[in-house]
Amino acid sequence: MSEYRLLPDENIDVAKILEDLKNYRPRRRGWTWREPAPNLTMGPFTYHDCSQPLKDGVPLPPAHYFGDVDPQPMPVITTEIASGRFEDDIRRMRMAAHHGADHIMVIRTSGQSHYDGLIEGTPQGSGGVPITRKQVRAQRKALDLIEDEVGRPINYHSYVSGVAGPDIAVMFAEEGVNGCHQDPQYNVIYRNINMLRSFVDAAESKQLIAWGNMAQIDGAHNANATARDAWKVMPELMVQHAINALYSSKVGVPKENICLSTVPPTATPGPCVYMDLPYAVALRRLFTGYRMRAQMNTKYIESSTREATVTHVLNMVVSKLTSADIQSTITPDEGRNVPWHIYNIEACDTAKQTLVGLDGLMEMVELKKDGYLEEKSRELTERAVLFLEEMIEKGGYFAAVESGMFVDSGIFPERNGDGIARKLSGGIGAGTVIGREADYMAPVTAHYGRNNVAQYGGDPANPAALIGGCTLEAPEKIVYIDELDEEDNVYLRMDGVKAFAQPNAQKIRPEMEWLADGTVLLTFCFPAEKKIAEAAAIECARRMNLKDIAVISREVLHRAEGTRIELKGKVDFDIDIASLVIPPDPDVLGDDELRAAIEQRPMRVVCGTIGEDEHSVGLREIIDIKHGGIEKYGIEVHYLGTSVPPEKLVGAAIELNADAMLASVVISHDDIHYKNIARVDRIAREMGVREKLLFVAGGTQVESDRAKEAGADAGFGRGTHGNHVATFLVKECERRESN
Amino acid sequence: MIKREDDFQTRREHLKNLSDEELKSRFWALTGQLVDPLLELAHENTSPAIERSVLLRMGFGSLEAKAIVDACTEKSLLGHGAGNVVYRYAKHKGLEIREAGLSLLTPANLEEAAGLFGGKQ
Repeated sequence: MSEYRLLPDENIDVAKILEDLKNYRPRRRGWTWREPAPNLTMGPFTYHDCSQPLKDGVPLPPAHYFGDVDPQPMPVITTEIASGRFEDDIRRMRMAAHHGADHIMVIRTSGQSHYDGLIEGTPQGSGGVPITRKQVRAQRKALDLIEDEVGRPINYHSYVSGVAGPDIAVMFAEEGVNGCHQDPQYNVIYRNINMLRSFVDAAESKQLIAWGNMAQIDGAHNANATARDAWKVMPELMVQHAINALYSSKVGVPKENICLSTVPPTATPGPCVYMDLPYAVALRRLFTGYRMRAQMNTKYIESSTREATVTHVLNMVVSKLTSADIQSTITPDEGRNVPWHIYNIEACDTAKQTLVGLDGLMEMVELKKDGYLEEKSRELTERAVLFLEEMIEKGGYFAAVESGMFVDSGIFPERNGDGIARKLSGGIGAGTVIGREADYMAPVTAHYGRNNVAQYGGDPANPAALIGGCTLEAPEKIVYIDELDEEDNVYLRMDGVKAFAQPNAQKIRPEMEWLADGTVLLTFCFPAEKKIAEAAAIECARRMNLKDIAVISREVLHRAEGTRIELKGKVDFDIDIASLVIPPDPDVLGDDELRAAIEQRPMRVVCGTIGEDEHSVGLREIIDIKHGGIEKYGIEVHYLGTSVPPEKLVGAAIELNADAMLASVVISHDDIHYKNIARVDRIAREMGVREKLLFVAGGTQVESDRAKEAGADAGFGRGTHGNHVATFLVKECERRESN
Repeated sequence: MIKREDDFQTRREHLKNLSDEELKSRFWALTGQLVDPLLELAHENTSPAIERSVLLRMGFGSLEAKAIVDACTEKSLLGHGAGNVVYRYAKHKGLEIREAGLSLLTPANLEEAAGLFGGKQ
């Protein structure tokens, strides 16, 4: 086995992951839930329903105010990563894991459901990835390294459906895949695969899922995405969940591994929580012992990523008010394209942020036990029972599907006659199911149904003993196929972008999904109606020399006054990394050096937020001892407050015989921050004290060079800490006094 | 289905006096009535995908498994189990499992295997 390990500050080497895959074996089987961390204390906070923190990760943007804490909510967080090139997805998986995802779901390439057998090798996919043994092995191996890095097991997941369900289920069990979608109803309704074949195959698949201790997710959420009015299929959704849940449980999948894929069906501008919550309550009451995989609404996603994000936050409010064992995330660009790196990360952060923000909510509120919520939830359950009754009246599951009961746009028992009907004798794979003869036998583990091993003196509890164990006991028997297609494989794709391959790339290009894809996203606002704005955006992009230009979002600000356009395009140039001019890190003295310097040469400063500006947080971070500000080095600080007139700052400096003035300038509209810096400089000159006073300006939008042009001796922007400012004061003072 | 108005209020007559627990039991009992016959079908039937999955577990590659299942289908042997055909042929000829399975891809050997299941020699 390879000794390759990840280094925290180095890119993953995908070429190393691909080495020696033939001999790779998964380190474990089965699904892992997060470990609770009751009363977790992190930084200044105590959390009430979080899980064990990560060893390494990227916290939410404001975390630096709170000691860089990165609390992890209790539900497993899913992200769907499948760009068509699995080798590039590996890098995205690492990013997602560091943002809190511990369930990586790989969507299959379009058409794989209808492929009768396993796909082998590493062909490129479309709308997903061709799921093959090699691809699964490579990604599972990469996740082994990534999970060591973040200190939490990562569940790997794909789909056991289509006409090759049992083939894929075997491969997943062998390769240590941790979770999968499996629901024969999905085949029947959405993939038009023969019903009989789907249910017969499903039992075998589920037996393998049980052996592999995989978490299984059903396909009911697709009814939401398909039905004309998604909220009207709620009774049917409960029926679909129940059929798959009970079928799985009776085959032998433990209830705690059976997850209902449940979506809040409605979205804004509908009153979605009012409509979705009773359904969520009904479902959780009915399906005790099963797990909830809370999916987000995709049915009503448009191209606005902001709007999608808000819908998803509302979905998580429903999760929080009820329960979610797995919180799935949908990338906010789902309505535009196959998800990009940045949106997977946004989606993970949205989930983490929302769930952590709602930490402890249910200690303070509870759902009402009477009134509308109760009545509606009961009504939905009754409608679901009536649905089941009618299925039985019709003669069972097959007859019900043949009659078009499913995905009708009426809320049952209302019917609109537009359901999806399938024939028992029709669909892909019709006529391929064969009765088992009296001597039917399969000498393998995790096989469902009648199995006459007794005819050979075999043990029904261990049929594989007849052949000395099957691949599930003896993985060395697995036949590993590397590549079948000389024209379409990972090696050729990687060779095409060799110069960009990390680590140690010589060249770099912007990237949204594939290495060196060159894709960029631009946001424009035009003072015009939609059509003009769109055409103008395309013309701008053309003049910016972008290729493959496409408008991906248009939002009306006003019918005539303005349109917001988002546009994607590609750059075709490369940047030599060696040619880049990277500013050196600021020269910072150590804490002890700073203390010693101030002890030797005490300093007094006056400071305040100047102009009509009430922001105080940033400056307090720079000065206060408790935030690691300059006070801690012994500098005497006189804080004048906010909205300090420039004259007052200079006046106070004179009165207190200060060594330096610190001006915080946060408001930056129309360059007011630089104008205020210039005023301080001018007043100090007019009063004849500029030469003997150091003048430092800072604020989130301050750039060092422009602050100096405006008259400050130094400017500090976002990310500045007290030690940066103290270092400047000490060094500049020394420099001046030695001259 | 033909169009139908929402007749929930009349349809629910027999449900409205059930307690929540009774309603839940009814929900699961009805679901059981629907899935039990499906499980029975799965118990007594097989398919090319199931048989390929058996051969994968017996140590065949995916392309080999597909070819062996196709051969068994051609000789109407799938109802005995593709794994059974391989296993019985291996015993009969004193071969290793993989060797036996791959040799079934030769028509004469397949004929011989079929004979072990009462088919024509």
